[in-house]
Amino acid sequence: MDLRLDELSVVTDGRTLVRALSLEVAEGQVVGLVGPNGSGKSTALRCVYRALRPSSGTVWLGEQDLTRLPLRHSARTVAAMTQDGGVDFDFTVEEVVALGRAPHLRGNQALSGRERELCERAMDQLDIGHLAQRGVLTLSGGERQRVLLARALVQEPKILVLDEPTNHLDVRHQVDLLSLLRGSGLTVLVVLHDLNLAAAACDRLGVLSQGRLVASGAPAEVLTTQLVGDVFGVRASVVPHPLTGDPQLLYSLNSTC
Amino acid sequence: MPPPSTSIPSASADTAGPAEVPAAVPAAAVKGRLASRKALLLGCAALTAVLFGSVVVAIGLGPAVITPGETARHLWAALSGGHIGPDEVTTYQIVWQIRTPRVLLAALVGAGLSAIGVAVQALVRNALADPFVLGVSSGASVGAVGVTVTGGLAALGIYAVSVGAFIGALVASLLVYAASVSRGTLSPLRLVLTGVAMSLGFQAVMSLIVYFAPDSEATSMVLYWTMGSFGAATWGALPVVSVVVLAGIAVLHRYGRVMDVLALGDETAASLGVGPDRYRKGLLLLVSLVTGVMVAVSGAIAFVGLVMPHVVRMLVGATHARVLAVAPLVGAIFMVWVDLAARTVVAPRELPLGVVTALVGVPVFIALMRRKGYTFGGR
Repeated sequence: MDLRLDELSVVTDGRTLVRALSLEVAEGQVVGLVGPNGSGKSTALRCVYRALRPSSGTVWLGEQDLTRLPLRHSARTVAAMTQDGGVDFDFTVEEVVALGRAPHLRGNQALSGRERELCERAMDQLDIGHLAQRGVLTLSGGERQRVLLARALVQEPKILVLDEPTNHLDVRHQVDLLSLLRGSGLTVLVVLHDLNLAAAACDRLGVLSQGRLVASGAPAEVLTTQLVGDVFGVRASVVPHPLTGDPQLLYSLNSTC
Repeated sequence: MPPPSTSIPSASADTAGPAEVPAAVPAAAVKGRLASRKALLLGCAALTAVLFGSVVVAIGLGPAVITPGETARHLWAALSGGHIGPDEVTTYQIVWQIRTPRVLLAALVGAGLSAIGVAVQALVRNALADPFVLGVSSGASVGAVGVTVTGGLAALGIYAVSVGAFIGALVASLLVYAASVSRGTLSPLRLVLTGVAMSLGFQAVMSLIVYFAPDSEATSMVLYWTMGSFGAATWGALPVVSVVVLAGIAVLHRYGRVMDVLALGDETAASLGVGPDRYRKGLLLLVSLVTGVMVAVSGAIAFVGLVMPHVVRMLVGATHARVLAVAPLVGAIFMVWVDLAARTVVAPRELPLGVVTALVGVPVFIALMRRKGYTFGGR
């Protein structure tokens, strides 16, 4: 299923956080949203996983208007890995992952055998199977991050949105996670801070600056010395990755803004 | 889908092996889950048996001691409309008219306070919350004392004070809601802060009323309401209390998974199909109603609603459906024994319930806090 943001705007307290953002994520594509802090990336994402109602514009899931769907209904199609990793009580890892089934279950209905297997598989995929009985509050930031992604996968979504999923992760788990996203076959919209990882992992990139989409396209088209200088205010040289050919940025210190 | 990793997860997480799912792992997990469900059911059955036993023993104990067998016989006679000899009428009246409603009320309120404690902690996302943190009890006190002093609601006879307390509780909840809701959203932090502030305000109002009250009845009423007692229990109030408390617990239990999801944070809850504001408003309404009814008949009994949720979470984990199955039973048993202690230890005088629950609750709470391995909902 494809995901389209159509002229999406978010205004709160008279401040425009996202301004007429249009972006399309084709089925099975991984699209990255990049931009400096406060450029509206997370806000745009929140409209997709329905923590926020857009002030105007629409989010389309295929042919369906997201804002018209009941929350539970859209949660069966769109899963999110958000930035709030905090959990109030000491649930076990297994319990948190199983909560990913919540939109599919009525009341306290127990998980079926198939759903249990789904949880096991997701935990193994994210390399947290050995933590199943651990309390989530005792985990490291990176481990918790992987628990949250496992929970999102268990939701069996068609579309996955992730807000800085590589936060707290060590290099191996960053690479693992992005490989998993690429191999998942899901339609993915992901906010990333690391432009090099974004270039390697995404089919297309959207660059946000002050709530506006200032560039979009294949990483090689978007990530230019000019754009990185304009949007992020840093000097960077762009070189092709020696193995994959993806554009990679080499930053120089004491940049002239 | 990649297969589950083998025993060395770090080495094999990303390798694409043969796509065959080893049946042993999921089967074992399913079995484990079933076993734990069974254990939960067995535990609940055992607790229910203990509760029944406690109720019968507690009905038998008091100034006139009646053996459990005798008590059971009288209870059965009352329930089945059986025959009681003329020389047993006094015992029957003690059992059925005086002690049974009191012990049943204790069990109901103990169950209700524990369940509501769980719900309030989930609602305001704070491990230190109890059923009274939202101003319900101090609002009820103002209502009760107000009715006592002004003689209002006199038409309601012996229920006037309870009705006054209930109205006070609901007004307090409404005020807390109105003051904390902002643009249709109900932030847990704002809710708990408003509740605490409002409680202090209501306490001031209550002190004012007592200060200017012409008689001393208001003062004893305040003590009664802030410490709690089942001394005024009658059969008349029991139907309302049992329906509200039991229905409240049943509804809360049904929304166990919703509370689990809310504990993951508002953003995540929304992405899992649980609109946090909608459910929080519903929870607040339910919690206010049930607490209001309980406070109206027993006053504000401290510590039960704070400590029981933590004790039960230590036993069965954090999943709300499990906690809400066990907590009411444990709370009911605890309260039956607390009430028994309150009315027998310094007989013929009676200790306020809050004194007993605090004397038991404070050490338990401190011990819990110092215990390793229980994180108290935070680090």
